[in-house]
Amino acid sequence: MTDTKLPDLGQRAATTTSGYESGTNLPSHIGDPIVKVEGLHKYFGTNHVLKGVDLEVRQREAVMVIGRSGSGKTTLLRCINFLEEPTIGAVEVDGVRVEADPLRARDRAHREQIRQIRLRAGMLFQEFNLFPHMSVLDNCIEAPTRVLGQPKPTAIERAEYYLEVVGLIEKRDEYPARLSGGQKQRVAIARALCMEPKVLLFDEPTSALDPELIGEVLRVMEDLAHGGTTMIVVTHEMHFAQEAADRVVFMEDGVVIEQGPPEQVLNDPRHQSTAHFLRRFLDE
Amino acid sequence: MVWIGLVGALLFALWLTDNIDTEWMTTWAPFIVGGAGTTIFVCLVSIVLATVLAVLGAVARLSSNAILFSVSSLYVSLVRGTPLLVQIYFIFFALPQMGIRLDAVLAGILALGFNYGAYMTEIFRAGIQAVPGGQREAAQALGMPEHLVMRRVVLPQAVRIVIPAIGNDFIAMIKDSALISTIAVQELLWRAQRAGTRDFKTLQALLIAAAIYWALTIIFSYFQERLEKRMARGDR
Repeated sequence: MTDTKLPDLGQRAATTTSGYESGTNLPSHIGDPIVKVEGLHKYFGTNHVLKGVDLEVRQREAVMVIGRSGSGKTTLLRCINFLEEPTIGAVEVDGVRVEADPLRARDRAHREQIRQIRLRAGMLFQEFNLFPHMSVLDNCIEAPTRVLGQPKPTAIERAEYYLEVVGLIEKRDEYPARLSGGQKQRVAIARALCMEPKVLLFDEPTSALDPELIGEVLRVMEDLAHGGTTMIVVTHEMHFAQEAADRVVFMEDGVVIEQGPPEQVLNDPRHQSTAHFLRRFLDE
Repeated sequence: MVWIGLVGALLFALWLTDNIDTEWMTTWAPFIVGGAGTTIFVCLVSIVLATVLAVLGAVARLSSNAILFSVSSLYVSLVRGTPLLVQIYFIFFALPQMGIRLDAVLAGILALGFNYGAYMTEIFRAGIQAVPGGQREAAQALGMPEHLVMRRVVLPQAVRIVIPAIGNDFIAMIKDSALISTIAVQELLWRAQRAGTRDFKTLQALLIAAAIYWALTIIFSYFQERLEKRMARGDR
């Protein structure tokens, strides 16, 4: 993180990987670290996309990652649950630690470790990725029954609870094709919650949505954030970040440039490149 | 409508040549039609066998395991590189030399099943690859192990994609099954030839057989269309 070529990094503020300056008191609802990303590098061929990222996320914390497209923020998120195999570094989620090892990627024990991470980190996608051949309810109980081995009645009960949370209980028997984009994303959130993960990873959850459908998804996410769900969100919705984030992380060119409380990073950024990004973003 | 006119005209022309013996045809038609049952039975069992082989073949072909990949590729290459008739003869006439003696119907089913399984392996492979990558990722992200990802998420969607192609293959198989008349399976063509050569009424006999094959393909095309429509429910 220290050896990047960006000129303004010499004067970087002394923030720790958790984003909180040492000595300051954490907001009272924030708990112990649950996600740790250490020295993560990712190459796609010769393309160096992540250049040493450290990130620590604490229980009940909502972390929003912002930055230009191509800054590596989506890759970072996908590396956390190993949908992309990182090249160098390590990821730890709720005590399960996996070191990057691209050569061992097909090893059975290694795959099982990755699966353990995935059980603890739910993922939401830009394109929702609901299973089109299953009803809303079946989407929600598929993994709990078949992966966690929950009895079907228990899984259904929980699924109904989480569908209620996202406000779509009346759609439980519909097929995804009959839902709007916003509804699909909310079902996807319910589906992820049914696995009761330790952290939710959101990969630009609203960027495939029509503008008028974005609000309903952000509202659900905001409720979750305020309700104490740990989440890491890659987003372009600055107002949402302002409202719902405990911490905003700004990435550029594969490194974390600065991070801190939203009012500081978004309103009073310490780095020129952050200010530049925000200015350009607001102009658009 | 035009079809009916055309077929009528053809039959009329044949009748004018004075070769049509309608009395013979009505006597022997039931015997020949009886072979259709065997044809359908053989094809149904074969298409099931072929589908199972195709799913296994396609999964193996897409697997990262070098041995599975090689076995599957060899199977496809071998079967597609040799004529179906040779395969039928091989199973029925050559295997007994190695001590494996098979009933004609079973030999026919194995030959058709293995043959179509190889072609359908390619169809299933394409079908699996046509399932959007996000589906697999979503399943993986839910912590599903690889076999569940395949069985519960990818394959059911791949099957929808390949249903039309399987239907086509089934219809093609109904016609290819005529080849197993050569190993004395008493299906449609075999019976037609038997009856035809017996009374030197080959023209009539083959006309009946052709008409039945045609009718079968029309009937199954209709079912295939309905199935496709039903499977399309829930999509997009």
